[in-house]
Amino acid sequence: MNVSFGRLARHRLAIALSAAALMAGVSSASAQSVIKWLHLETNAERLGTWQEIAAAYEAEHPDVKIEFQFLENEAFKAKLPTLLQSNEAPSMFYTWAGGVLKAQMQTGAIRDITAAMDADGGAWRNSINPAAVAAMTFEDKVWAAPIQSGVVSFFYNKELFEQAGVDGTAIATWDDFLGAVQKLKDAGITPIAGGGGDKWPLHFYWSYLAMRELGHDGFEAAKNGEGFTGEGFVAASQKLIDLGAMQPFQEGYLGATWPDAMATFADGRAAIVLGFENTATPTIQRGAATDGEGLVQDNIGRFPFPVVEGAPGLITDDFGGINGWVVTTNAPPETEDFLKFFTNAENSAKIAERNAILPTTIGAEVGVKDPSMAEAAAQKAQATWHQNYLDQDLGPNVGRVVNDMSAELAAGQISPEDALQQIQDAFSLEM
Amino acid sequence: MSQTSSISAPRALSARTPAIARRKSNRVRGTWPVLVLFLPPALLLFTVFVILPMGEAAWYSFYNWNGYGLPTQWIGTKNYELIFNNGAFRQALINNGLIILVSIVIQIPLALWIATMVTHRIKGAVMFRLLFFLPYVLADVAAGMIWRFVYDGQFGLVAGIFNAMGMSAPFWLADRQVAFYAVLGVIVWKYFGFHMMLFVAGLQSIDKSVLEAADIDGATGWQKFYRVTLPMLGSTVRLSVFFAVIGSLQLFDMIMPLTGGGPSNATQTLVTFLYSFGVMRMQVGFGSAVGVVLFVICVVLAFSYKRIFMKND
Repeated sequence: MNVSFGRLARHRLAIALSAAALMAGVSSASAQSVIKWLHLETNAERLGTWQEIAAAYEAEHPDVKIEFQFLENEAFKAKLPTLLQSNEAPSMFYTWAGGVLKAQMQTGAIRDITAAMDADGGAWRNSINPAAVAAMTFEDKVWAAPIQSGVVSFFYNKELFEQAGVDGTAIATWDDFLGAVQKLKDAGITPIAGGGGDKWPLHFYWSYLAMRELGHDGFEAAKNGEGFTGEGFVAASQKLIDLGAMQPFQEGYLGATWPDAMATFADGRAAIVLGFENTATPTIQRGAATDGEGLVQDNIGRFPFPVVEGAPGLITDDFGGINGWVVTTNAPPETEDFLKFFTNAENSAKIAERNAILPTTIGAEVGVKDPSMAEAAAQKAQATWHQNYLDQDLGPNVGRVVNDMSAELAAGQISPEDALQQIQDAFSLEM
Repeated sequence: MSQTSSISAPRALSARTPAIARRKSNRVRGTWPVLVLFLPPALLLFTVFVILPMGEAAWYSFYNWNGYGLPTQWIGTKNYELIFNNGAFRQALINNGLIILVSIVIQIPLALWIATMVTHRIKGAVMFRLLFFLPYVLADVAAGMIWRFVYDGQFGLVAGIFNAMGMSAPFWLADRQVAFYAVLGVIVWKYFGFHMMLFVAGLQSIDKSVLEAADIDGATGWQKFYRVTLPMLGSTVRLSVFFAVIGSLQLFDMIMPLTGGGPSNATQTLVTFLYSFGVMRMQVGFGSAVGVVLFVICVVLAFSYKRIFMKND
């Protein structure tokens, strides 16, 4: 609703502007650059903030017009390859970095923004967290403007934990976690909300377990060619099978989507969810719960994914997304300038404050007002390693296999060896 | 035409040849403009939108290609090997077979039975026809979404019914043993109305006097159906089965919102398999190979069915 209204309003504005231009006898309308902004945001509040920033930019640059285009998440992923190679390519689009961005880079369909980043003595580059810029860098060129990064961790319902006699703050190891799950089950509470239908929510478990089992060096070695069939991966897969065998998830979780899982947690029908950094914010809770309210923030606790005793993975090794905007080859030259404006500290802080994200622009942290988000930001700040989502980092093919296998392992449908072999098969095709 | 001319031609060859030649040239002169005017647009469209993409798919299927740029990594028949070793593909094949089986064993008899009831001049027959036909009018995606909700074990209609009976609700779509039967239920619900309409049309074209004659001969209801109605409906039944087969091979847009092919690929069909393993994974080469296999299956089924069962229709 908001979107169409906004579009209509902008159209009217455009018509009014061009009419005014005609009357003045100036043909500036024809020289206008149009930045086509392809996004997949369904949250009207977030989109509203973007539209506001875009309008501010348009006001400062009358010769630039910003046009919003929407594609739903899955449709976006499916359509993008074709879209990028057509004349209808957008000027800028969303990215999760990783293997997909790399594949796009290799095609020449996207433009590196290194020059814009380094202009004025690197003003833009220096305004953004170096780790985030690094995540968008391949072959020493920057391929996207980072906007946000996140960290996945466990969130729990304090009330339900209390009922079961579990102390959430004391969970440090995987065994502690399994103990908590068992206690919750014994108390007749569904321990975990899971989205097995979408599969990727379960890949969080497999990824974290593998990170904890292998540690940074072991994991990097695997990605750089050693492959995914080693001992650490077998142990991680077995742990996911064992967790699944305890039947900790809500009934029917294998058919549940991520919104279903979030609703299960926000309604208080399950005690734990392994979710994004913004899980405990009121915006997300309101959007997720069936009653439109959700859990109050005081009732939500948070702990990082526990470590596996005796394994090299650290509790400060983080797993989470990193996002940015990619500029396409034929985009108008103003696109970079707009992105620089969009990611400046003031705008980033505004987005962070209103839309529950963790900005990657230096100085925009002041916008992170929500206490649970601040906690996530603090955890991120002392991270010893930040691993991007595997279904992005390993590229679309291996990533999807990882997702599929995570769901199969949790459901106990496959042995660790078979699952890892499938991942390895896909991986060896990419190498 | 050709027969008569070939018989009569030798008899008065010398006298008639110029006449035939003139007539032939007239005919050719008459058809050429038509050919030149009408063939190119259709031929062009068909070539550009059907023949070329098919050829391209066949070409891509020998590459490991993610859809960006041009395919360069030739891998021979590796994609085809991967397909036939893939458990999800076998499951998809079995599922498509199951859909055809259920169509023939349950859906078509059901449609025929209901069609015989709603063709009688009973009160509200038109009303019932409309009612049974409605699911078919509904968009596949909408039907999938509606049934996802109906089957939901938490808030759905099924949950409501089970809870009312004091039982805990099942999660059919999340259970790999049951999920595909739940999908089959939706398919029967969605498409039997279409087959019913085919049969209604077929039944209306049957001459009433034949049935009256059977009545006079003292045939029972069942005998009338089995000996008179069914044989006269033969071509409609064959057509109906044909549509069921083709429909099964095309089934995609209802599955995606309903189960997305899950859990554990238990509800994949050939097309959802192509989409999830080819398009979504950006394995365009592999997806093209699946497309080629699907194409071959379609062509073989369609032509052999037409040759064997529909040659007289």
